[in-house]
Amino acid sequence: MATLTAPQWMAPYQALIKGQINRSQMQAILRQVLWPVMGIAVFLLMWQLAASHIDTSLGKFPGPAAVWEQMGNLVDEHQQARQREAAFHERQEKYIAMRLAQDPDWVPVHRDYTGAPTFFDQIGTSLITVMSGFLLASVIAIPLGIVIGLSSTVHAAMNPLIQLFKPVSPLAWLPLVTMVVSALYTSSDPMVAKSFLNSMFTVTLCCLWPTLLNTAVGVTSVSQDLLNVSRVLRLSALAHVRKIVLPSALPMMFTGLRLSLGIAWMVLIAAEMLAQNPGLGKFVWDEFQNGSSQSLSRIMVAVVVIGLIGFLLDRLMLMLQRALVWDKTSAQR
Amino acid sequence: MKTLLELSNVGMAFDTPKGTFEALREVNLKIAPGEFVSLIGHSGCGKSTVLNIVAGLLQATDGGVILDRHEVNEPGPERAVVFQNHSLLPWLTAFENVELAVKQVFRKSKSKQEMRDWVAHNLELVHMAHAMHKKPEEISGGMKQRVGIARALAMQPQVLLMDEPFGALDALTRAHLQDSLMDIHRQLGTTVIMITHDVDEAVLLSDRIVMMTNGPAATIGEILPVELPRPRDRLALADHPTYNRCRQRVLQFLYEKQRKVAPLPRRDTTPVRRQA
Repeated sequence: MATLTAPQWMAPYQALIKGQINRSQMQAILRQVLWPVMGIAVFLLMWQLAASHIDTSLGKFPGPAAVWEQMGNLVDEHQQARQREAAFHERQEKYIAMRLAQDPDWVPVHRDYTGAPTFFDQIGTSLITVMSGFLLASVIAIPLGIVIGLSSTVHAAMNPLIQLFKPVSPLAWLPLVTMVVSALYTSSDPMVAKSFLNSMFTVTLCCLWPTLLNTAVGVTSVSQDLLNVSRVLRLSALAHVRKIVLPSALPMMFTGLRLSLGIAWMVLIAAEMLAQNPGLGKFVWDEFQNGSSQSLSRIMVAVVVIGLIGFLLDRLMLMLQRALVWDKTSAQR
Repeated sequence: MKTLLELSNVGMAFDTPKGTFEALREVNLKIAPGEFVSLIGHSGCGKSTVLNIVAGLLQATDGGVILDRHEVNEPGPERAVVFQNHSLLPWLTAFENVELAVKQVFRKSKSKQEMRDWVAHNLELVHMAHAMHKKPEEISGGMKQRVGIARALAMQPQVLLMDEPFGALDALTRAHLQDSLMDIHRQLGTTVIMITHDVDEAVLLSDRIVMMTNGPAATIGEILPVELPRPRDRLALADHPTYNRCRQRVLQFLYEKQRKVAPLPRRDTTPVRRQA
């Protein structure tokens, strides 16, 4: 693995530019650049070949070129929508100014722009939802995991429940969450949309478990020597958790958090698709229902973007882990 | 003789799934203030159990331990332990590891500056001043053990308990640390109980060597006073008749009287995690 420090990471490339490259540096460049690029190239080629042989009711399955084109279209559509929105606000301001000039007592009404959300709006919605659900899950799972890890009694009591609920698919939770949110969240002036809460709670219920279990295991496996140190020092219960247990369990906790975030992202797309809640999942579903000749390409764009965002979220967690966790070997990849 | 620490009729029985295992029976020992006592015996004889009972990490099932007129019932910093595997918190620097102990013990009696000075002083005592801001993974095994000793000394314990402190170190490092320990013992007059496997180490460091019989139901077989003048020099002692006589006695005890004939106890029948 290449390390994070820039000079070491750069060394093979600097050597390449200077023309003084050795075998090990050559291999590093091959491993870091050439082989991954080759892998992607072979994949694109096979995709193109396979795509040209698949005829669907919406035309040929899109190849890389068609998907790339739709990517451009989606960016254009987003920019056009932004321009329309800006134009709308401009018109509104002009109109209000005109009315006020005629009648100074008139109370202006500002209306929001109500255009359909673009692909990039949906990405934003999905990201906000997944982070909210993930944060809520972490806030529940970490303290609960610590308690379960510390007490074998609580562990024995909770274990059957955890084992029962852990494998439940998000799709099974979704109708229940929807009904409960509808029943309990009845504000006339809601701060957030119900659909947002539905998606968020479904994500929370599904991504709770890896963090919970890994935190518990991390807490259980604190070294006996360190527990003895804590006892000899007569650390209070709170100091014991803060100074010994939490730092010890942090690497495991982060492993759990990374797994949880990955699950959260997968679950969210499914939940959005099924419940027609705003987000990337809804984009995919709408395109599927739309059924134009471009729909498959646009869905494929969404697939790639979903994958890319999932990857970036994982990298983000890895960076956080590297920054926070003392045990650098636990955050290798 | 004044007595600081007394073990009277200490017995220890462990409940295991295979039945009760009697590890110790009627261990009696009196230790004077400032004395350096080694516990020596074969693997599995319960040396660590004795030490853990004095530390309060284990509760004797029979008899008890009295330190300075108080019965020992729980662990505490007045009986600081130097563990075999250094047991430093890997996320803290050497300084912070010692500081954790100092803050816990002297929070009420010392100011912040006094506590920092005391941490630094103890690290200097074990010759670790140059690396006090390094983390355990950045220093060698011997240095880690020095920090472990500094942490224990910084608690100003009435008794310093050492569980095979140099067992995991190479011979040269071990010799350095033994010399350091002798210096510290002379300067501070700390009372020390040390577990060891090493006959030379026991004779070099101790005022008395406590030899334990083989378990189950292990107890004290012999106690040998080491009447060598201090300060002791390992090179000068090599030809010293008293040194060699003591060495001979311990070897005789271990390899004639208490010779291990039975196969070594299997790990899964061993009731405590780390039997010495």
